[in-house]
Amino acid sequence: MSLFKQLTEKPWEKKGVIGGMRPEVAFDTAPEKVALVFFLVIASVIFSMFTVSYVVRMDLPDWEPLSEPSQLWLNTGLLAISSVLFQWARTIVSSGGQKNLTMAFIGGGVFAILFIAGQMITWQGLQASGYYVASNPANSFFYLMTGLHAVHLLGGLWVWSKSSIRMIAGGKPEDLRLSIELCTLYWHFLLIVWLLMFGVLSNT
Amino acid sequence: MAYVPLADQELELHHPHSWVTKYVWSQDHKVIAIQYGGTAIAVGVVALVLSLLMRMQLGFPESFDLIDPSSYYQSVTMHGMIMVVYLLTALFLGGFGNYLIPLMCGARDMVFPFLNMLSYWVYLLSVLILMASFFVGDGPTGAGWTLYPPQVSMEGTPGNNTGILLMLGSLAVFIVAFTMGGLNYVTTVLQYRCRGLTMMRLPLTVWGIFIATILGLFAFPALLVSAVMMLFDTLLGTSFFMPAIIEAGTPMDYGGGSPILFQHLFWFFGHPEVYIVALPAFGLVSDVLSTHARKNIFGYRMMVWAIIAIGGLSFIVWAHHMYVSGMNPYFGFFFATTTLIIAVPTALKVYNWVLTLWEGDIRMNAPMYFAIGFIFTFIHGGLTGLFLGNVVIDLPLSDTYFVVAHFHMVMGVSPVLVLFAALYHWFPKVSGRMYHEGMAKFHFWCTFLGTYAIYLPMHYLGFLGVPRRYYAMGSTDFIPESAQDLNAAITIAALFVGASQIIFFVNIFWSLRNGKKADANPWGSASLEWQTPDTPPVHGNWGDELPTVYRWPYDYSVPGAHEDFIPQNTPESAEPTVSDEHFDPDKDQSLADV
Repeated sequence: MSLFKQLTEKPWEKKGVIGGMRPEVAFDTAPEKVALVFFLVIASVIFSMFTVSYVVRMDLPDWEPLSEPSQLWLNTGLLAISSVLFQWARTIVSSGGQKNLTMAFIGGGVFAILFIAGQMITWQGLQASGYYVASNPANSFFYLMTGLHAVHLLGGLWVWSKSSIRMIAGGKPEDLRLSIELCTLYWHFLLIVWLLMFGVLSNT
Repeated sequence: MAYVPLADQELELHHPHSWVTKYVWSQDHKVIAIQYGGTAIAVGVVALVLSLLMRMQLGFPESFDLIDPSSYYQSVTMHGMIMVVYLLTALFLGGFGNYLIPLMCGARDMVFPFLNMLSYWVYLLSVLILMASFFVGDGPTGAGWTLYPPQVSMEGTPGNNTGILLMLGSLAVFIVAFTMGGLNYVTTVLQYRCRGLTMMRLPLTVWGIFIATILGLFAFPALLVSAVMMLFDTLLGTSFFMPAIIEAGTPMDYGGGSPILFQHLFWFFGHPEVYIVALPAFGLVSDVLSTHARKNIFGYRMMVWAIIAIGGLSFIVWAHHMYVSGMNPYFGFFFATTTLIIAVPTALKVYNWVLTLWEGDIRMNAPMYFAIGFIFTFIHGGLTGLFLGNVVIDLPLSDTYFVVAHFHMVMGVSPVLVLFAALYHWFPKVSGRMYHEGMAKFHFWCTFLGTYAIYLPMHYLGFLGVPRRYYAMGSTDFIPESAQDLNAAITIAALFVGASQIIFFVNIFWSLRNGKKADANPWGSASLEWQTPDTPPVHGNWGDELPTVYRWPYDYSVPGAHEDFIPQNTPESAEPTVSDEHFDPDKDQSLADV
């Protein structure tokens, strides 16, 4: 029964076991996935708040636009490849296969690490060119928002590294399936956030 | 592949093997709840003492050497922040949420017990960081609990260096802790209910905590964002919020940041925070009232919808805290309208509580005293909220004691009365002992009458125009001298109320050792947490088999039933009934069909 339909129930009328001998769940999926979706909503609120603040702050007179380095395009490509590889791993494990699974899953994480390295190169380049964090609010937002995105990615990499170790140690694909699915969902989310953020940061 | 529901899966319970894993690094939701509760109450006592220091200064100015303007403002700030975030939020959600959600859902534990344990220890870390600010060079921040820039970073503000950093750091850590706990509460309610327990068979306590947790998960990010940006302003010299400003004749190193932006972010968190505290209180008090009135809760469905409606509306009222900051009149009109609309579902709940009492077989014991006391204080606090929700009334009253009186009645005294009602109500289940009824009732009257003695006159001070946030009034022509007499009387009442809380602690500690052994279900309650095979419940809660639910949790005084309550896990076939000659359908008519 859908959540919305449940809200119209008259619980004082109906007695007995509703739903047969199956325990009540709101969503027919793993609790880890439910928790992750909630976490993604929380992360969306955080990034939205920064975006709103960015737009409000942009209108104030001391704002000096920052021209985004071309390195960011390369970084975007790295993150996109990372996301594609995770999707590949998910497709393999969903179809019950095993071939190329390790390569796809480990590769996805490696490209994410390359993305973070690319971001660090971008930050160093900006610093070397005199675009310091406190010299203008546009710079401050750039460092803050890209840094926050990288922190989220690092959190994902921590989970990915644990799953990778299990995979290399010979874990069965069916035991790793949920981890792979959740990593894939998380990576797609962070790619979408990055694309939106890149668009906002470029539009100064 | 179909998902196997969690309640059908083998749950790894991590049974404790030593004293340390049982009582310190415990993954048992009940132990974590007690850890949360104990820490929250301890830090709440600190905040209570700070408020008494403030009152001593206000009632008897310049009489106490230990309170100077800096320590006064530091006390104001720490009192507010501790009470709202570290006591009320933590105790309602971390304490009662942890204890009651798995038991009321018929589960063995939370879905993620390790994360739950981590949540408490990270919360404790946030408390320790906050308390550390009392011991650093410039002391805790004294910028007021709203931490408005630019004042928060100015030289004249106490704690503008280390103090504010510790406050912001502590809040960020608290939010991490809350998120870990919150994900657990929400997922447990959604995915971990036992057989037969639909969402609409959940007690209102679970509904209140569930929706409040969702509010917290969506509102705390705004506080996190503002805290991070303010940390950048303070530590790295950015200008997110800090405007171009001259301090003592010297321009500060800030550009043209927007302090108003901080206010928007802060109150986007701050107003839902009111309901993060209020909704669990609404839920808990509903269950206490229903149980001790031996009546089903009046209008259960509407109560659930009202909780959801209040939760949703709480995100579109935040700017009523900012009328005095100046805003487009249409903007003010919008927020005044939404603020007044939120009164509708709130009033509906009040009516339903009163109607639950109507013609009930009321048992006047301590939890019921506190619950009925809450209805009084909440109505008073709520009505003054209607005044302040209007822009034209708020503007002259905003910076006066009227506001202090309003928010203390509605989100200070009222939730605290519910906390006491709930602590006394569930004490027998948690401890296996009964509390001392006489002491508890004495505690109620001291608290209830005492808080009225504090806050009723405070409204009058507000009407007189006595400004809040002042260390001392000095000689002000428009304030009559009698206002100071009133201030002194308020202080005496506050000291009395503060001291009377000792009765509560004496009662609890005395009863833990000497209280009468409690039955498994001393109140004759129908909800699941009272049906555990052991009291207090052991690790795993339910023995070999999880309960099955056959009915809602408010089957009280059901016509024809043998007892005046039917537990949720009693099947229809096992329901004892009285013979027809004893059953008078007119007299025993249930009010269930509302």
